[in-house]
Amino acid sequence: WNLNVQTKSKKTLARPGVKNIVLVEGVRTPFLLSGTTYADLMPHDLARAALQGLLHRTGLPKDAVDYIIYGTVIQEVKTSNVAREAALGAGFSDKIPAHTVTMACISSNQAMTSAVGLIAAGQCDAVVAGGVEFMSDVPIRHSRKMRKTMLSLNKAKTLGQRLSLIGSIRLAHLSPELPAVAEFSTAETMGHSADRLAAAFGVSRVEQDEFALRSHTLAKKAQDAGLLQDVISFKVPGRDIVSKDNGIRPSSMEQMGKLKAAFVKPHGTVTAANSSFLTDGASAVLVMSEEKALAMGYKPKAYLRDFVYVSQDPKDQLLLGPTYGTPKVLERAGLSMSDIDVFEFHEAFAGQIMANLKAMDSDWFGQTYLGRKSKVGTPPMEKFNLWGGSLSLGHPFGATGCRLVTTVAHRLQKEGGQYGLVAACAAGGQGHAMVIEAYPQ
Amino acid sequence: RAALTSSQLRNQGSSVTARTHVNYEVKGDVAVVRINDPTSKVNTLSVQMQTEMAEVMNEVWANNAVQSAVLISSKPGCFIAGADINMIQACNNAEEVTKLSQEGQKMFEKIEKSPKPIVAAINGSCLGGGLEFAIACQYRIATKSKKTVLGTPEVMLGLLPGAGGTQRLPKMVGLPSAFDMMLTGRNIRADKAKKMGLVDQLVDPLGPGLKSPEERTIDYLEEVAIEYAKGIVNKKIPLRKEKGTMQKIQDYIMSFELVRNQIYKTVHGKVMKQSKGLYPAPLKIIECVKTGVEQGPTAGYLAESQNFGQLAKTPESAALIGLYHGQVACKKNRFGTPQREVKTLAILGAGLMGAGIAQVTVDKGVHTVLKDTTLTGLSRGEQQVYKGLNDKTKKKNITSFQRDSILSNLTGQLDYSGFENADMVIEAVFEDINIKHAVIKEVEAVVSPHCIFASNTSALPIKDIAAASKRPDKVIGMHYFSPVDKMQLLEIITTEQTSKDTTASAVAVGLKQGKVIIVVGDGPGFYTTRCLAPMLAEAVRVLQEGTDPKKLDALTTGFGFPVGAATLADEVGIDVAAHVAEDLGKAFGSRFGGGNVEVLKTMVDLGFKGRKSGKGCYVYQPGLKVKEVNPEIGEILEKYKMTPNPAVSSDSDVQYRLVSRFVNEAVLCLQEGILNGPLEGDIGAVFGLGFPPCLGGPFRFVDTLGADKLVEKMRRFEAVYGNQFTPCQLLLDHAKDSSKKFHK
Repeated sequence: WNLNVQTKSKKTLARPGVKNIVLVEGVRTPFLLSGTTYADLMPHDLARAALQGLLHRTGLPKDAVDYIIYGTVIQEVKTSNVAREAALGAGFSDKIPAHTVTMACISSNQAMTSAVGLIAAGQCDAVVAGGVEFMSDVPIRHSRKMRKTMLSLNKAKTLGQRLSLIGSIRLAHLSPELPAVAEFSTAETMGHSADRLAAAFGVSRVEQDEFALRSHTLAKKAQDAGLLQDVISFKVPGRDIVSKDNGIRPSSMEQMGKLKAAFVKPHGTVTAANSSFLTDGASAVLVMSEEKALAMGYKPKAYLRDFVYVSQDPKDQLLLGPTYGTPKVLERAGLSMSDIDVFEFHEAFAGQIMANLKAMDSDWFGQTYLGRKSKVGTPPMEKFNLWGGSLSLGHPFGATGCRLVTTVAHRLQKEGGQYGLVAACAAGGQGHAMVIEAYPQ
Repeated sequence: RAALTSSQLRNQGSSVTARTHVNYEVKGDVAVVRINDPTSKVNTLSVQMQTEMAEVMNEVWANNAVQSAVLISSKPGCFIAGADINMIQACNNAEEVTKLSQEGQKMFEKIEKSPKPIVAAINGSCLGGGLEFAIACQYRIATKSKKTVLGTPEVMLGLLPGAGGTQRLPKMVGLPSAFDMMLTGRNIRADKAKKMGLVDQLVDPLGPGLKSPEERTIDYLEEVAIEYAKGIVNKKIPLRKEKGTMQKIQDYIMSFELVRNQIYKTVHGKVMKQSKGLYPAPLKIIECVKTGVEQGPTAGYLAESQNFGQLAKTPESAALIGLYHGQVACKKNRFGTPQREVKTLAILGAGLMGAGIAQVTVDKGVHTVLKDTTLTGLSRGEQQVYKGLNDKTKKKNITSFQRDSILSNLTGQLDYSGFENADMVIEAVFEDINIKHAVIKEVEAVVSPHCIFASNTSALPIKDIAAASKRPDKVIGMHYFSPVDKMQLLEIITTEQTSKDTTASAVAVGLKQGKVIIVVGDGPGFYTTRCLAPMLAEAVRVLQEGTDPKKLDALTTGFGFPVGAATLADEVGIDVAAHVAEDLGKAFGSRFGGGNVEVLKTMVDLGFKGRKSGKGCYVYQPGLKVKEVNPEIGEILEKYKMTPNPAVSSDSDVQYRLVSRFVNEAVLCLQEGILNGPLEGDIGAVFGLGFPPCLGGPFRFVDTLGADKLVEKMRRFEAVYGNQFTPCQLLLDHAKDSSKKFHK
């Protein structure tokens, strides 16, 4: 029956024997620069706000979902299963189990595809997936030496033992351990790797600044035009109501050109202005089987179709996930690049996006590293990240995936397209791509 | 019309004298000078290279469109590896070499005084003359690649940095670091070089992009270097760096002659202590540096070129260069590519040897199985492998992640499970023919037919071990030296039945493990053990004649052995020495006599097995570096006391008694065909047994000393001790005809 109402004459990706799984709704808190209005919260507070926003927008009964999954990267140790704490705090029934997943910048993608898996397997009919990241406060630990001493102190029985342990504390014990945005396997920070990646593909500083400027400009336009409907308002305790992202700052090429390289000094090309910034934020989506959604009277926004996860060398190809994931997911879905109407790629760094575009445009790279006969081909820029991206909207690591998928759904509705493609890179040299099909309007 | 003709002429001219090694391209106002020797894997400062470089630089200087230059190699992994050794060796006398040095000095002086700044863009090895070139440039940028190393290895060839290195380095990195670099010859990684002030800027190596990582990294280095060259011209990049407080303090201290003299003295003392004065090059390096610093550049450069000329014609330099060539030759597989690559290597016995072999295998991407019979033995062995890698982690040679991922290639086990996947099994079990036979049968029962069985025995003939095998063509000897991760040599022993493919495979494995390899024929003690045994027998006799172990050590190290004979026995293990002495004594008879084997046996009975048991000739206490002579061996030596004959007991005679027996046995090995040639004989003796490197090995030693002189000494010892000193026929042939040389 849905074939009759297609806006375009393309075939649907529905397959016999495979459940149709739909995105009913997607929301997010405004994404704020870390250390701003959200500074005094905890991660589960943000996640709670996103969940409550979803409940509010969908009118979903608080016991109507079967499962809740959240993605996060840097975990607050007190709320290591942040999904459960946020769900309880958001007023969901305490009978709904919840778990937390982590897969670097594609953590909430993993939350969503886990939900898809549960529904496809017949385990659940309705799942809430989301993601949260809170960079205003990160766990800073005592040094290993100090922790060892403190743990021994717990076990010390006599005063003498305790005193001798306390006496063993040296200045070196007191230096703290900060969480680094660095690969454990290579000890290289992501910005450094991005700079090397940009250099490997010959991406110039100007190209990067131009792309960053484009992202900010488009985000501003979308914000002003009220297109970012996934953003909910959030009353921050003790502060004002927040209802807008605050990292969107279209600048000029001249201003951006003044910045010094941030990672590879002094001759690098990645700067603070052409990188995504540390962000606080949370997102949430409601995923259901199509039957269930219709039975509950919802009008779904989109079908979640094929998806893939890829992984490659975490040193030299850390951020090439989209290049590897895109052709793979298109092949799975039986689509070609030209079938896609809406592209939403995660913008970790302008240099990373440009490097991926160049990799996809290179026959040599396609042949040598992707085992293809020729290049993948590049997404046309007039379909690409038209409402801004992580560079301008912000990038709360664990929350970005849901934003990408929701944005694709909204853009498909707005622009009248049929297929959308999400692609993202992640630490560990991993990547993800998903095909989304518009729900007949 | 005329212009056309002249340009045509010029075109013709350039096509006739087309440059093959150096070319340049002007990018903007920067001349990019590219070096690439098309005839070799590495760039060397050969005559051709120097001529073309001079031409190109003259054009660059004359070209008004050019403001600055970048010097870069088109070869991935090599900037300039040094001067061309053959060019130096081709000189007939010291004066000619001095002239070469002066030409080099002149060329680099022009570079140093270049009105247009030159940026050396370094990727890969930048050694010797290459480094001297780089430090004459105005600015240096190096890639952080693992292959990028900087250093002055001339001292290892008995030479000195003869193109201004002894003069520029102290100014650049300070006296202490300059001495350290030039006297040790060690390689310095790029990040360390930056800290020392040897390079100004670092560039990260890139991964794959639109080109291969290697190509793209070179392009990127060039792009960055061009930007710096422009920056220097625009005065945006300063050539003189602000000196840090530490540097200022150091400079201030160094401004006192008293302090400098103290440094010269300390360094001189260290060199004398380590080299016993047997190596002239380090002393000359100190002299050149001192002359330059104290008397100014004119005297300094003159001293450098003259000393360079002199050193090039010393026998020590010839010996060291010979070893260098030998080492290169012994890093090739003359048996071709084996049919199958060894992907899984199983080692039997997790003792010091077995675990050592695992240590050098596991980090080469080979799945390594370490099998022992007891859990304690296995645990000790696995710990040894872990410790070896963890030490590398601590030194930041590898990351902890690399350590873990390397260790994932290691499987420790007590049974033969999975041995069907092994491509090669190396046994390092106890040296007892019955145990070896039992092991070979057990192994052959479980492995697949293509699997090679290698025995890491130090003395048992391989054919005796192979006697228990169903597939003797797959049996071979692989004699490693302890500690395996430090000792470079691998002695491979083939029997008449060993197939060529088996040999090729064993050599391939050894090369992968980073070994210098000699392939020798089968027989008791093969080559190395067979040479060492008579020398140790003589050492025991010397001890029995009342010489103190410390004195014995002093005599041997004084001859150039890095480790004294008594210490060596302790390191090898007195039990092993006793075992070998007895076995080889049975095989070769009285020629291997001299000292009484009972001395060693009594020591073993009393538990004095050498370092591993804490007592041998010396007493070893953990944490103590100074070792004292084991007082209890006095009684043993007293019991087996012999009266020395004063006619053959001078210090020099004792040295020659020890060495001549070693050398005679080595020559006999060549005569009998155990050895493939004198080159492998020299390499085996130096890298496996510590034969004095300054003598270049037993064969070069005979050539240098004169076979007749050696025979004469041996005849004198023969008169006192008998057939242990009877020169072999080949040595006699060489003594008779002085034109006969082992090395041409």
